[in-house]
Amino acid sequence: MEHINWIHNIPFFSIFLAMLCGIITALVKNGRLAFKIHSIMVFIIFVMSVILLISVVKNNEIFTFMMGHFPAPWGNELRAGPLEALMAVTFSIVMLLTVSGGSEFIFKDVVPEKQPLYFIMLNALFGAMLALVYTNDIFTAYVFIEINTIASCALIMAKGTPQSMVGTTHYLVISLLGSGLFLLGVCILYSITGHLLFPQMKEAILEIIKTEQYRLPLLVVTGFMFIGIAIKSALFPFHSMLPGAYHSAIPTSSGILSGLVLKSYIILGIKLIYCVFSAEVMHTLKITEVLFVFGLAGMVMGSVYAMRERKMKRMLAYSSVAQIGYIYMGIGMGSRVGMTAACFHILAHAITKTLLFLCCGSFVEDSGGKEKIYHMRGAALRNPLAGIGYTVGALSMIGIPLLAGFISKIYFATASVYSSGKMAAVLIILGVSMVLNALYFLPSVIAIWTPEKGVEMKPVSSVSPLFAVSIVGFILLNFVLGVCYRPITRIIQMSIELLAQ
Amino acid sequence: MNHLGTNFYEAVSVILFGIGFMNLLLQNNLIKKFIGLNIMDTAVYLFLAAKGYIWGRVAPILTDGIVDASYYVNPIPAGLVLTGIVVSVSVTAFSLALVQRLYMHYGTLNMDEIMKISREEEGE
Amino acid sequence: MGEKKSFWKHLKAWVDGEEVILDADKYIVSRSVKEKKNWGGRYSMENIKGNKKLYGFLSVAISVLFIGIMLSVVNDLPEFGNPSNPANNEVMERYLESGIEETGAINFVAGMILDYRAFDTFGESNVLFLAVMCVVLLLKKDKNNYSEKEEAENWEDDYFDENEKRPILKVGGKLLAPLIILYGIYVILNGHLSPGGGFSGGTIIGAGLILYASAYGQKKMQTFFTFRTFTLICVACLLTYCACKSYSFFTGANHVGYEIPKGIPGNILSSGFILPLNICVGLIVACTMYGFYALFTKGDI
Repeated sequence: MEHINWIHNIPFFSIFLAMLCGIITALVKNGRLAFKIHSIMVFIIFVMSVILLISVVKNNEIFTFMMGHFPAPWGNELRAGPLEALMAVTFSIVMLLTVSGGSEFIFKDVVPEKQPLYFIMLNALFGAMLALVYTNDIFTAYVFIEINTIASCALIMAKGTPQSMVGTTHYLVISLLGSGLFLLGVCILYSITGHLLFPQMKEAILEIIKTEQYRLPLLVVTGFMFIGIAIKSALFPFHSMLPGAYHSAIPTSSGILSGLVLKSYIILGIKLIYCVFSAEVMHTLKITEVLFVFGLAGMVMGSVYAMRERKMKRMLAYSSVAQIGYIYMGIGMGSRVGMTAACFHILAHAITKTLLFLCCGSFVEDSGGKEKIYHMRGAALRNPLAGIGYTVGALSMIGIPLLAGFISKIYFATASVYSSGKMAAVLIILGVSMVLNALYFLPSVIAIWTPEKGVEMKPVSSVSPLFAVSIVGFILLNFVLGVCYRPITRIIQMSIELLAQ
Repeated sequence: MNHLGTNFYEAVSVILFGIGFMNLLLQNNLIKKFIGLNIMDTAVYLFLAAKGYIWGRVAPILTDGIVDASYYVNPIPAGLVLTGIVVSVSVTAFSLALVQRLYMHYGTLNMDEIMKISREEEGE
Repeated sequence: MGEKKSFWKHLKAWVDGEEVILDADKYIVSRSVKEKKNWGGRYSMENIKGNKKLYGFLSVAISVLFIGIMLSVVNDLPEFGNPSNPANNEVMERYLESGIEETGAINFVAGMILDYRAFDTFGESNVLFLAVMCVVLLLKKDKNNYSEKEEAENWEDDYFDENEKRPILKVGGKLLAPLIILYGIYVILNGHLSPGGGFSGGTIIGAGLILYASAYGQKKMQTFFTFRTFTLICVACLLTYCACKSYSFFTGANHVGYEIPKGIPGNILSSGFILPLNICVGLIVACTMYGFYALFTKGDI
């Protein structure tokens, strides 16, 4: 028996553990027990991912893991490097904090006999996101995109109110359109390359570019796949599904959907850029330019929509649209520095937006189900912890120094210097977008700290300890990312160099 | 290259995809919308199945003990179509269940009306 | 100047966290008037007819543009049925030429989806499981999903199931359902030898169950098929699937021993894990199909 490299098994273990817990939870009848199983599972995966991250960073390696007995062009494969490991760590820690902080919302809003089903969906969603991060096979990516879609729709409609059904329908139709386009792209790509695994496809595509045969199909396929991914990750013109869905869902679901699910599609997109189409081909096909323009448009338009919104959750949803715009702008710059900024912003946005959604959910609960910012005057005084959390999150989104959002903006600005011809556009839009962010976040922050006239504000006595822990954890993470960001950006730079090889 | 004449299965499948897409955009009735989505999926499967065929070859199941790759058609698209069909069945079931819940509450299948009523309810 | 003042007023109101609309009284009055309106079908159509036309035109234009682009792509794609197309490469050759020794399955497609590319198929059976759980989440009766009308209808259905004669349906169901289920079992067990397999066989069994249920009523089905059995079968099958595949992935990737006999190709008991996996998938699909039927008609299994 040969020596087994256990660390290389971690991606496979994580995906299967999450799926296994999803299956087992079907037998559980009690929501609390399902919650415990879920938390333990996520924690184990967190520990494993940290080990994986340390190992791949130390060895500076990117490895493939054969799923089965058959090597690359015949069997499925997983692939893990620093980027994948970093994302797995982030996903698991954000998942852990969000679900434990938002568990009270789940137990309150979901009918008791259906709470285990909610956790089945959470486990499956988590497994599918990990699979999307780790996969090295385009058809596996498609299957797990569908699992992601179904599970995220289930998370939205778990509340069971008619509004959430409407939101889910909207979300479902638009995401199915996206996956349909992605599938069509996969089919055409298969017919012109003859492979389904990333490395083999990349070779075939480089060949196509050289021989000029199938040039038009390649262009259209790339377009379709990226439109599909853009629809799924709610890039600006395709964002219409977000506000209704996030507004009507449980705050925990909204946080996970906006913080993690959208990001998993973007990471798949980044892997496609580097491992399938390769950055040069993307550049010659001008796809990056298109993403860049839509990203810029999203940054401005998302903020403009958010300003017009009077309901807090919808405002946060539109703010997500703007932040997704930032990420696509970074990807669209077409340089490695831009990609680093985009990856860092994925992390920053994941930890900040989930924090904001959790705090917002808690405000809504305290003010008796009223959702307008107007009704939340003084909400922070009733629940100071959530107030502090919201303030930190909002300041981070605006880009105040010492917080994560500031660092990503700095990186975007630096990256613009390296991409010729885009610098002016990036800097101007970045400035405009920051002002707009401040214009809609600051009033809400001021509103929650100003007491309503004539109404005495008493702090809510019972803040659940888990909620407190998760808010404090998110705030700390925000400061950690904002202060000691160097090691993380170094990991991202390293991983992008490895990916681009 | 001019393969439009020979690739008529693919041509029909992309036209079907377009019809499904049009259905999705134009129909207000939710069930018809989802039928449009199903047409889109089916069109993709037709496309894949057409891509797997090779003239004069037989289905990929061992016949007469012949082990030769130039005797059978490509098995990969068949497998992909199988996976795709299962996914589309699941998604259809999910969406129809959603439609049932929506109909129970709103009493209509018209998406515009449902949106309007729900906006009204939300506005209070 | 006046405009600027109002802008400042807006901003001030906003910073104070008040309603952005200044003359809120008017707004509220107009809204209450609006609420009295009847949201009938005709009103909505008349109101947005102008937009409707534009919208329709745009959607047709987009679809036609899409078809045009795709037709030109199809024009450039590899020729239909040509053996030298890029898709017909070494991957397909190995599936066809070494498939029998490596998987033991005579049906190359079964060998491909359940052995070479088994991870996809694992995801796929999970999709099915998640879909049925979603339908349970949506349609199973609870306090958000309850109407007296439906309850009355269900009661009526049960009454008719018990008291109506329905001779043709009942005799037909009694005769046909076992045959259909038997055929489904045949298709599942021969999945690695002939066309078919878990998915198609499972659907056939599901159809048999649905026929039986519609002839004899769901009360009778519940004597041997309850929600509990449904979950147990699904979970047991998925766990078996998960265990088999974990074993095969783990041993394959780490190059440690893999001790599953392949058997003689062509026998029923051959081809390693493919037969048990087909049975698992078949059971899941059968339960799922019947589960969809039961949940859609009654809101319970």
